[in-house]
Amino acid sequence: MSELLKYPGESSNNDLPPEAKAAAHTRRVFLFKVAVGLNMLVGAVLAVPLVGYLLGPAMKKKSGVGSWVTIGDVGGFPVGETRLAEIVSPVAGLGDGQTAKVACWVRRVSEQQFQVFAINCAHLGCPVRWFSESKLFMCPCHGGAYYEDGSRASGPPERGLFEYKYKVAGNSLVIHAGDMPTLATQASCTDKPLVQIEPATDETRSSWGA
Amino acid sequence: MGSLKERVTVVGLKGYEWLEHRLGLIKPLTAAAEHPTPANNASWWYVFGSAATVLLILQVMTGILLALVYSPSANEAWSSLNVLNHNIALGWYLRALHGWGSDFMIAIVLIHMVQVFLFGSYKFPRELTWIVGVLLLLLTLGMAFTGQVMRFDQDSYWGLGIGASIASRVPVIGAPLVHLILGGPIIGGATLSRFFTLHVFVIPGLLLAGVGVHVWMVLHHGVSDWPMPGRLVRKSTYEREYHELTEKTGIPFVPDAAWKDAVFAAAILFAVMACAFFFGPFGPGGPPDPTIIQTAPKPDFAFLWIYAVLAFLPPSIETPVMLVVPVLGIAGLLLLPVFASQGERHWSRRPVAVLMVSVIAVTLGIFTRLGTYTPWSPIMNAWTSDPIPPKYLHDRTPLEREGAIVLQDKQCRNCHALDGVGGLRGPTLDSVATSLTEDQIVRQVLQGGGNMPAYGNALNPSETKALVSFLMTLRGNDLEPAVDASRTLSHSGFHAAPDSDPKTGQKP
Repeated sequence: MSELLKYPGESSNNDLPPEAKAAAHTRRVFLFKVAVGLNMLVGAVLAVPLVGYLLGPAMKKKSGVGSWVTIGDVGGFPVGETRLAEIVSPVAGLGDGQTAKVACWVRRVSEQQFQVFAINCAHLGCPVRWFSESKLFMCPCHGGAYYEDGSRASGPPERGLFEYKYKVAGNSLVIHAGDMPTLATQASCTDKPLVQIEPATDETRSSWGA
Repeated sequence: MGSLKERVTVVGLKGYEWLEHRLGLIKPLTAAAEHPTPANNASWWYVFGSAATVLLILQVMTGILLALVYSPSANEAWSSLNVLNHNIALGWYLRALHGWGSDFMIAIVLIHMVQVFLFGSYKFPRELTWIVGVLLLLLTLGMAFTGQVMRFDQDSYWGLGIGASIASRVPVIGAPLVHLILGGPIIGGATLSRFFTLHVFVIPGLLLAGVGVHVWMVLHHGVSDWPMPGRLVRKSTYEREYHELTEKTGIPFVPDAAWKDAVFAAAILFAVMACAFFFGPFGPGGPPDPTIIQTAPKPDFAFLWIYAVLAFLPPSIETPVMLVVPVLGIAGLLLLPVFASQGERHWSRRPVAVLMVSVIAVTLGIFTRLGTYTPWSPIMNAWTSDPIPPKYLHDRTPLEREGAIVLQDKQCRNCHALDGVGGLRGPTLDSVATSLTEDQIVRQVLQGGGNMPAYGNALNPSETKALVSFLMTLRGNDLEPAVDASRTLSHSGFHAAPDSDPKTGQKP
């Protein structure tokens, strides 16, 4: 289009006769430029709320997500055992259906002391399963394994299981649930230092080196 | 009769002229279809691009038909797929066509890409055609991933979890990125809605527009001529040479070259129909209920290799590899024609190109194969479903048999196979006593190491004793038990450590 519009002052227009230059420098060309600028302005004003809407889910403050939910009666979790429990996520939305449910592993260490583990493997979020005999959590996806206290035992995870904050209110066990636990979204989980990954020692390797 | 025929012809011609005068598209499109193309590229090797386009049209059509019934709500999606499978006449067949069409489309797009690469067709002046093609491949894979989400079963749910977990590893913006992908704090209705939007509006729109640009450039530059060893592409001469070749040997693309495209497209469509008819639709698997943990999530075929790679990366380099390698790979594909836009086209003069394709194909093949049986994963029910083979219980003492029970109870079989049955995560135990001494087995069991958890807390001393005595009987076909070389030496009278301290001359 640009070659059709002869703008005065452009080098290619220098050979034009003065009448043609004057003809190109019309009110219409000026108004068109104004109109283009107007559209850019309107476009920018339009874009701000659209982008804001699009990025809405990403803009939520970390601390604001989640709340305390009752997970069940304390008596349902015998001391020394680890049991699967489920809640309805306090942050579930309209039409979430079954996906609103959240599962977690509750370990009752002593009368008043619990550990509530997220079901999501710290590697890539697959559901870990508890094996009471070997006292291990195992992940079906890439073979991550954790000890009964949630610390990393083996496999690709670089840290232990995510843990929910909990409190005992009267006879109920209450946990703070919100974000799906991932390495970046642990807002509801108690802080847990990364488990140092020990490289397999030569000794261990060679002992299997049949 | 003759006059009637003439009259019909005249009316038809007038109708055509009326239409074309107003539409103005038929003549230019016919001219484009009949454009001359060098006779040497009217080959069966040049049929994959058009087949991919035909498959795209099939996907659009079957997708629209599925959308008549599918409910993109986390509450109902899974059920609506079961309704399609079982309650709607031919719903299962439409789902099967769409699913198999997607697998065929990925395969054909990849073959098309390999062909273009090996023929050097991405070189001048078709660099941008290649770049748009790479974007089309990415969009196709995007359709495959979002399509897997549409199935909204267990695999789809946990696949989203894997995607979010990968995104969470991005530094600084990890958390907002996870929320952006999921549309909220958890996988749910908002997640399915945005993947539906991607799968049905955004990516198909980009894909159709991209195919339009891609085909336009093919018409603009002409279909690349058959590569000849020694005939180099030079920016200064190529277009003149191509023009001369077309002048000399040109044949109309339609019908002289296009009949092969048409035959191949029909064969591919028939293959999709046959697979759909005989093998049926994909899933849906179990419902997307995160409290059902008896599941071993797995991605669709096209992504199995990524799933396998993620099992093998050492934890310390996993995040950088996950985030950097894909960027480098895609950048390499996009920039390829910029850095190799001239020179030799024929594969016989481009050994590095052939080697690259071979290595990449074999690598993808191996990882995909591994992804089908996941040797790195514990077999969750091996300890209850796979008994100790009876031959390993014959002629054992009660203590050793007790050890076999411990082996079973403590879920050792989930990771260790006996007689070929059990997990593949750890080494098979059939001949463990020939490679480890008793002391080494005790140490390995109690302390773990080398990717094995420590069982010190899960075994009491008597269980350990029984387990180790059973393991000590596992010596394959009566092979020699492992020996500790240092112990043999000390028993044979050679004393590595002196009996007395040389400094003091006293006995310790």
